[in-house]
Amino acid sequence: MKRISFKTNFILTVIFVIGSGFMLLWASNSLGDYWARIITLMAIYGIMATSYTLVNGVTGIFSLGHAGFIAVGAYTAALLTLPIQQKAMSFFITPLIWPLNSIQMGFLPATIIAGCVAAFAAFLVGYPSLRVTGDYFAIATLAFAEIIRIVIQNSYSVTNGSLGLKGIPPYTTIWWAWGWLLVTLIVLGSFKFSSYGRALRAMSEDTVAARAMGIDVFKHQLMSFVVSGFFAGIGGALYAHWLTTIDPRPTSLGIMLTFFVLIMIVVGGLGSLSGAVLGAVFFAFSAQWLRIVESPMNFFGLTIPGIPGMSMLIFAVVFILIMLFWRRGIMGRDELSWQYIYNHFSKRVGDQD
Amino acid sequence: MSDVLLEIKKLNVFYGAIHAVKGIDIDVKKGEITTLIGANGAGKTSTLNSIVGLVRNKKGNIIYKGKEVSHLKPDAIVKSGIALAPEGRRIFPNLTVEENLQMGAFFRKDVAEVKRDLKWVLELFPRLKERLKQMGGTLSGGEQQMLAIARALMANPQILMMDEPSLGLAPLLVKEVFGVIKRVKREGKTVLLVEQNAAAALSIADYGYVLETGNIVLKGKGKELLANDEVRRAYLGVTV
Repeated sequence: MKRISFKTNFILTVIFVIGSGFMLLWASNSLGDYWARIITLMAIYGIMATSYTLVNGVTGIFSLGHAGFIAVGAYTAALLTLPIQQKAMSFFITPLIWPLNSIQMGFLPATIIAGCVAAFAAFLVGYPSLRVTGDYFAIATLAFAEIIRIVIQNSYSVTNGSLGLKGIPPYTTIWWAWGWLLVTLIVLGSFKFSSYGRALRAMSEDTVAARAMGIDVFKHQLMSFVVSGFFAGIGGALYAHWLTTIDPRPTSLGIMLTFFVLIMIVVGGLGSLSGAVLGAVFFAFSAQWLRIVESPMNFFGLTIPGIPGMSMLIFAVVFILIMLFWRRGIMGRDELSWQYIYNHFSKRVGDQD
Repeated sequence: MSDVLLEIKKLNVFYGAIHAVKGIDIDVKKGEITTLIGANGAGKTSTLNSIVGLVRNKKGNIIYKGKEVSHLKPDAIVKSGIALAPEGRRIFPNLTVEENLQMGAFFRKDVAEVKRDLKWVLELFPRLKERLKQMGGTLSGGEQQMLAIARALMANPQILMMDEPSLGLAPLLVKEVFGVIKRVKREGKTVLLVEQNAAAALSIADYGYVLETGNIVLKGKGKELLANDEVRRAYLGVTV
């Protein structure tokens, strides 16, 4: 089996990135606003999914708290970019506290601050939660995410409580979203294949053996959790400026979002970053496509009224089928690299002779 | 060479209400092979795991190079030069053989020496060299055991502790593994070996301890124990 050299790999990747850039340029100019928004959402989901798979796939600890960090990022960024007059208008029950009521900054610094605040939240959640393992960890993180949501819902003077934030400037374009996805992939990709990433993968396979190798398991898990939280925050910031209105309902920035991202990473293959992106693209696309089943239909002369939530039902069935018959997902634990494509291609050729 | 590298004094290990190891004393001398033999549940694995810090609920002293180390965490102990090839091999199945070996040297920053050790380990286990890019889980049982030992050696330890390296191996492979242990000793490493295969362990050991339900019931030079009537009857299946 031939190994593709670093140089070839690098050149092909650069060509691929530039090619994708032109594809996106074409898409944003000629596919119309509707599809431009969906393609933007794909990248936002991609950021959420890759950061989630770092914890649940690569590190092998099952967290259910991802939406909590996304929410922290979304609220932080939104509060930083909202125009001051808009804030005064929205916060009519309890005024916004100083200094948030007199700040308005650009999108990039707001996004980065959102990532940092979410990373800090991940540290606060991870530090106690990582003392327990397995199912208990999943429950602990689920509870913490819910706590974050409830706190947001009740902190009227900071988050406007259940009224939510509206009028968030629609800064998130295709370029911001896919640009951040590229950054996320570069950072998380080099993280996964560094010696730290190798330690994370070793831990996910056998914690005791990893400990016997002298790996401080807690420290590494916490680090992965915090890095994941950072990018979840970035994803949340982009999401807020894509939606332009956010509120703390469980169906928007709560447990439902965690499950959406979970579906993406399981479809893509747990532990694969490129798989997570593919899963996100798949999910964003099919969530739109499945809207058909929720609208009223005329079925052979029989009129069926639109059933809200029908698409979720189909997602659930698809999810169960994947769990039963296709547990590896699209990519398994592999990454979609040039080497991977080459190996598959050469195998095909080898089969023929 | 007779100076004691690792000294265990009055070690007690508890799992909840169960008192697994009841105040044992063990000396591991530099450059020698020391073995702990005994049946299931005698406390052998508990002893090794508490030396490397995997068991926290313990009492007693573990003195390594004259320093108390019983309070240290595994990463600090491995760094100080005690490596463990754990029971049941416990290699990383979805990491390649090469990555498995790199994990053994995880905490080491001396890149050049790690490279040299990798070369040395692969000389010791030529079969691993052929399988470097293969996933650990695809190796045979014997090869996995070799990998587990090689991985522990990658930490460049002063003391190599091995937990039942013969577990689940065919007799021919057991012989091969024990040949490797002897070679490791010849390279100047100190070995602490835990075994149920008493005959094989005692035949290569300089000194041996017999554990029974958490107590040391016998100790002596390897050859002496091998000739001891009680050991022969209880562990070697010889009727005396």
